[in-house]
Amino acid sequence: MADVILEKVGKTYGKHRILSDFSVTIQDGECFTFLGPSGCGKTVILRLIAGFERLTDGRIFIGDQLVSSATDNIHLPPEARKIGMVFQDYAVWPHKSVSENIVYPLQMQKIEETAAKERTLAAIHLVNLTGLETRMPFQLSGGQQQRVALARALVSRPQVMLLDEPLSNLDANLREEMRFEITRLQKQTGVTILYVTHDQEVALAISDRVAVMDKTGRIRQVGPPDDIYEKPVDPFVFKFMGISNFIPIEYRDGRLFIRESDALIGCPVPEGDMDRLQSHELIAGCRPYDIELVHQEGHTQGKIQRVIYLGATIDYRVAVGRKILRVQQDVRDAGQGGVPFRTGDSVGLKFRDLKWFENRGIDAEEET
Amino acid sequence: MIRKLIGSFGIAEILLALSVLILVLVVAVPVILILWTALFVNGSLNVKDIVNILSRPDTYEALKNSLVIAGGVTFFSTIIGVFFAWLVSRTDLPFKETMKVLFLVPFMLPSFIGALAWKMLLSPRSGYVNKFLSGLFGWDGSLFNIYSLTGIIAVETMYLFPFVFIQVAGALERMDPTLEESARISGAGLITITRRITLPLMMPSIAAGALLVSLYSLAHFGVPAILGTERGIYNIPTKIYEQIYQSGGSFVAIRTGTILSSILIIAAGLILYLQSLVLKAGRFQVIAGKSMRPMLLKLRSLKIPLLAFSILYILITVVLPTATIFLVGSLKTYGIRFTMENMSFDNLKYILFQWKMTKDAIWNSFYLSLAAAFVTMIVGTLISYTIVKMKVRGKFILEFLGVLPFSVPGTVIALGVILVWSGKFGINLYNTAWIIFVAYIARYMAFSLKSNSAALEQVDDSLEEAARACGATHWQTLKDIVIPLIKPGMVAAFFLIFLPALRELTTSVLLYGPTTRTIGVAIYALNEDGETVYAATLASVALVIIIVGQLVIKRITRSRIEGV
Repeated sequence: MADVILEKVGKTYGKHRILSDFSVTIQDGECFTFLGPSGCGKTVILRLIAGFERLTDGRIFIGDQLVSSATDNIHLPPEARKIGMVFQDYAVWPHKSVSENIVYPLQMQKIEETAAKERTLAAIHLVNLTGLETRMPFQLSGGQQQRVALARALVSRPQVMLLDEPLSNLDANLREEMRFEITRLQKQTGVTILYVTHDQEVALAISDRVAVMDKTGRIRQVGPPDDIYEKPVDPFVFKFMGISNFIPIEYRDGRLFIRESDALIGCPVPEGDMDRLQSHELIAGCRPYDIELVHQEGHTQGKIQRVIYLGATIDYRVAVGRKILRVQQDVRDAGQGGVPFRTGDSVGLKFRDLKWFENRGIDAEEET
Repeated sequence: MIRKLIGSFGIAEILLALSVLILVLVVAVPVILILWTALFVNGSLNVKDIVNILSRPDTYEALKNSLVIAGGVTFFSTIIGVFFAWLVSRTDLPFKETMKVLFLVPFMLPSFIGALAWKMLLSPRSGYVNKFLSGLFGWDGSLFNIYSLTGIIAVETMYLFPFVFIQVAGALERMDPTLEESARISGAGLITITRRITLPLMMPSIAAGALLVSLYSLAHFGVPAILGTERGIYNIPTKIYEQIYQSGGSFVAIRTGTILSSILIIAAGLILYLQSLVLKAGRFQVIAGKSMRPMLLKLRSLKIPLLAFSILYILITVVLPTATIFLVGSLKTYGIRFTMENMSFDNLKYILFQWKMTKDAIWNSFYLSLAAAFVTMIVGTLISYTIVKMKVRGKFILEFLGVLPFSVPGTVIALGVILVWSGKFGINLYNTAWIIFVAYIARYMAFSLKSNSAALEQVDDSLEEAARACGATHWQTLKDIVIPLIKPGMVAAFFLIFLPALRELTTSVLLYGPTTRTIGVAIYALNEDGETVYAATLASVALVIIIVGQLVIKRITRSRIEGV
């Protein structure tokens, strides 16, 4: 097991710059997730660590070994890095059976045959594939193939496991099951896991720490899942973690209004930020379920524009002044307050929680 | 440190260098040398000679004939190919699947053997059909003279139309039926849909097939050699052969050859360029998944007549010539009647076990094809791997060189190989089997590249990367993952080379020496010498080998026959 250190890593393809000055340290035994939109360079990071791509700048350490360095022209080939890797499309070799796939890393390490067989069977057991040893890949379901890939990556007891969107080709149920499986495997083996995904739900579910990346390949925030979700450092992170409303706020007569309107926001003023609030440097963000819909008067008034029934929740678009807000309501809450709202109804909005961000062109960004 | 460097990116450079070297040596140098010899005399540009040679009546005539033949063959192949493709994929013709396979049979048959058969059937005086018909009606003259441009065009069309057929039938089958269905919903009738939707969508495939036919026909040797030379009808390849053959390989003859070859090279380059444009333009074709229920035109009362017509076409173009070869091949003397007492296996015994010339030819063809197929398969795998899989600078050179083999006609290869390997550069392979071997590699590299690249493109990069991540080196990955996965493609490449090489004529005929005749050359020479019966016997041996070989390929690949 080992930690992984990326030091001022840069990568360009021709004139196209993917990463620059990218530094992060992944702790030994940690499950660390790179979360970002597609094209943000997160897969490139994984491939740089695996050694499939060469660095343009910076250095990478696995454990205390320097595996890549642009300045010293060091590039350890992938096979010498003691890693395990799981690919989005499984990459299970179609001409080898389940056990032949899984034993391969051990054969490469020249592990003695009986020991290799034992370890293979243990790995097969670990991923719950016992009984399918002699099956060929085409006889397996997607989930089973991904288990083979996991076992193959684990069997050689790598220092680091690299997982590149391994769940995105699975259906929702399987995804949940495999998510649990990966967490279990990590707890059992203690391997360092580096996980790449664009799915914030998976990231929150399995990670010890998450790094949220933006389109330009910069890390916006690193931290434990609850920090990322509860204390996003900027609107980008907030928005990336789920459906979000951004509300431009105005401070008048000791109270908060939606800017350029009479819509009152019944929320406490953020402490110590009065000046910035007055100069419109702050913007409020909230999740759809941070807003409560009520029948009474005396709250911010809005008009229901659209209602979508989603099963457990009901999704509304509510017009407040010129602003459209997304609101979600638990189906049972909706039932308690009489009937659910209908298109055209007037409603009162109660804001339960507002997060404050520096306003850097968010209004424009949100509209697009 | 050094070992690390070699281990990681050394391989890419080594493979690239090796691939480039082989392609340059085998394909590029001969072509460049041809162009050089054509343009320069004693190191200075010589345009006057070029004009002189091209304006000589016989070369001018050959150029004209080549164009007329290529034009005619392309025209008729396109009409026949599109018609039958439409018939088997868009109508309710009975036994469509069988008919589809049958229409591809001419692909496998060597066209010069076909020409030989048609000569026996339709030569003005002694052709069986002509004799039969004039006997029947008491005519004096003959119905049809096969020794003519028309005859050459007709025979070539029979064997080249599958290029159009396979392209168009494939495209018709892959076309998303919803494209037509939505037109139908919009109120268009079947005729309108065919004219406004289907035909425009098929245009790129039709054009691609037609261009391929023109490329092959322009540089085709076998049919004009058998049906034309006897009456002084030459096209470019047969003219080159005649020049070099008559002068015994003199420099003037070779120079004339190089000038004519340069024209073929330029024409071929142009055709391939046009084809790439057409295929690029055809990208918009929407290719759908599996569930396809294209609208089928109900033929109704035309069903049986059209089926009969298709069967008759196959009978006349495939069965009749093949049967003729087998029957004539077992006759005691050419020209006598086909009765039981006139036929025997004696000819077969004679050419297989007694006659040294034919025995040698069969043996030469066998080991040359085997060796060339094996080497070309391996080298093709190497080159395709570098083109498809390697991320290495300078790859574009290889991609360019890789296209070259597709465009160089057999006659040109032969001439280029003579220029390179006849002692000019210190190595003289002339009159040895080696020179044929080298020429075969150049000639069939395209097949190997095509088959191997297709196989390699099926192997996802992540399969290789997974092996690397598992601790396998690049070589181990190739051995354990890549090679096993592309093996079917490699085997296909082997047979795609071995079978045509076995009956190759065009290049061998310019390269053979006293002891290095091949089957193709032997059949051609026997025919020239008037040994029609033995030519037919040897041709039937070749046909049997081809048919068996095709069945083996079918067994191995189990996929549809693809146009190469």
